[in-house]
Amino acid sequence: MKVVVGVKRVVDHNVRVRIKKDNSGVELINVKMSMNPFDEVGLEEAVRLREKGCVKEIVALSIGESRVKETLRTALALGADRAIFVESHDFLEPLDVAEVFKRVIKSENADCVILGKQAIDSENNQTGQMLSALLGWGQATFVSSVNIENGEVIVSREIDSGIQIIAVRLPAVITADLCLNEPRYVSLPNIMKARKKNIERKTLADLGVFVSSRYKVLKVEEPLVRKPGVFVKSVSELVANLRKSANIFWETK
Amino acid sequence: MAVLLLAAESDTQGHDTKKVLTAARAVGEDVDILVSGDDVNNFASLLAELSGVRKVLCAEAPYLKYHLAEPLAALLFSLSGSYDVFIASGNSTGKNVMPRLAGLLGVSQFSDIISVLSPDRFKRSTYAGNVIETVESLEMKKVITVRSSSFLPYGLGNNRQRATIEKIFVPEDPCLSRLISQVDRAGHDLSSASIVVSGGRAFGSEKAFKELLEPLAERFGAAIGASRAAVDAGYISNDCQVGQTGKVVSPELYIAIGISGSVQHLSGMLDSRVIVAINKDSEAPIFRVADYGLVGDLFQVLPELMKVL
Repeated sequence: MKVVVGVKRVVDHNVRVRIKKDNSGVELINVKMSMNPFDEVGLEEAVRLREKGCVKEIVALSIGESRVKETLRTALALGADRAIFVESHDFLEPLDVAEVFKRVIKSENADCVILGKQAIDSENNQTGQMLSALLGWGQATFVSSVNIENGEVIVSREIDSGIQIIAVRLPAVITADLCLNEPRYVSLPNIMKARKKNIERKTLADLGVFVSSRYKVLKVEEPLVRKPGVFVKSVSELVANLRKSANIFWETK
Repeated sequence: MAVLLLAAESDTQGHDTKKVLTAARAVGEDVDILVSGDDVNNFASLLAELSGVRKVLCAEAPYLKYHLAEPLAALLFSLSGSYDVFIASGNSTGKNVMPRLAGLLGVSQFSDIISVLSPDRFKRSTYAGNVIETVESLEMKKVITVRSSSFLPYGLGNNRQRATIEKIFVPEDPCLSRLISQVDRAGHDLSSASIVVSGGRAFGSEKAFKELLEPLAERFGAAIGASRAAVDAGYISNDCQVGQTGKVVSPELYIAIGISGSVQHLSGMLDSRVIVAINKDSEAPIFRVADYGLVGDLFQVLPELMKVL
């Protein structure tokens, strides 16, 4: 089975982001970037499936400016066999990203796509679902375990009320939840080996994708600062405040 | 504008749907609600009582019971001729289904909006709650999920006219996926709970966590959360972790007990309507975001709290 894994280059999750003075976006110059944590988990799962013998080849895919090649290099060091870099200097909406993935998957003739459930920058949680709609494939989102059996992928999904286990017919799109696995660290020998692996460059035009703006970001701003709170002196004062001024009721048993 | 609101069957009391309805009514006047499942009569009659609803559409089929993405998105798509806007709660069903619908329609989707500025303009939070984005949709058809905790329930005290209930045609199951089993977690769900009681390292042991935090959560009808420190120390499983790398919650009431308030934890709960902090250290950063702070030892405060409630 051939798997395509999507990896996005995002602001590192430890960085406290700053907003540009003109409120047009988030400051990205001289900010530490790294692989989206959910994508790391997705990639790790692909590598584990290969170690189990379910997967033959892992192709890492990333879209963006030339720096995303660094992220692809990391993916190669973590176990991807080869990489595809789709160069784009435009802002791509999730549907555009899904369209790019669709074209690559068709030309690669892949059987499965593994993505993170969301990117920690835009927090959309859309690309995998959109992609499976575009491909007409089944989807297994927010997964916390993956098994491949008899042409189906059996997954546990993290849903609000608990755990749901479903079987999705292959080919399929899988999106990883954080609890799916613990990604391995990159080792030095693997970094050296990754240098020899191939990163193929494509452009949006090569794939026949045209970026269409379907929405505009008008403004970004800091969240509202919370009003300063008060210290209460006792438990009973706290409870009285919650019932009255904060207007919170709970069913007493 | 005609709006179709997808109600989650798990929202049996309609609390969540009422909040999504507020967002839906801000986008368009004519709001219909879609309920789907294998038997939705009771839920449909409950929702028909809500003010501000034009019609309740019932889609019944055995394969709709567990809200799998493929049949549900196909059902919504089959109704797309009659609606301009599709809206759902940003719960696990909404997040699973709505982007698939957007993909089928070839339009963008707006995730987890926190306010409606106009029928085309919304606010949403990104970067773990550190950035608020104002977006304008240029689409003819819109697909939206709503962070329901950011909206008040719709139409309390309005004149109520019972909405009509209509059974609708259900497209065939695309048969791309099937349910094997579903296990519902005991207790309240963290992401959608209206009250969350969270514990941190200060509990000191798994036993204290169980003996002090669990009864309190039960008394409040609350979900249990935890800081990363408490999870790493093994007091509770990692699916309870609130924070940037865990779950992002925004309940009506968030009670942080023995949690200092690291940036990573705060970004997971800062959107809660009311925050209460109970901590021994009056200098703890959690008190900077708390609406009500109580300085005290949790081992004394919690038993006292149990008595007063």
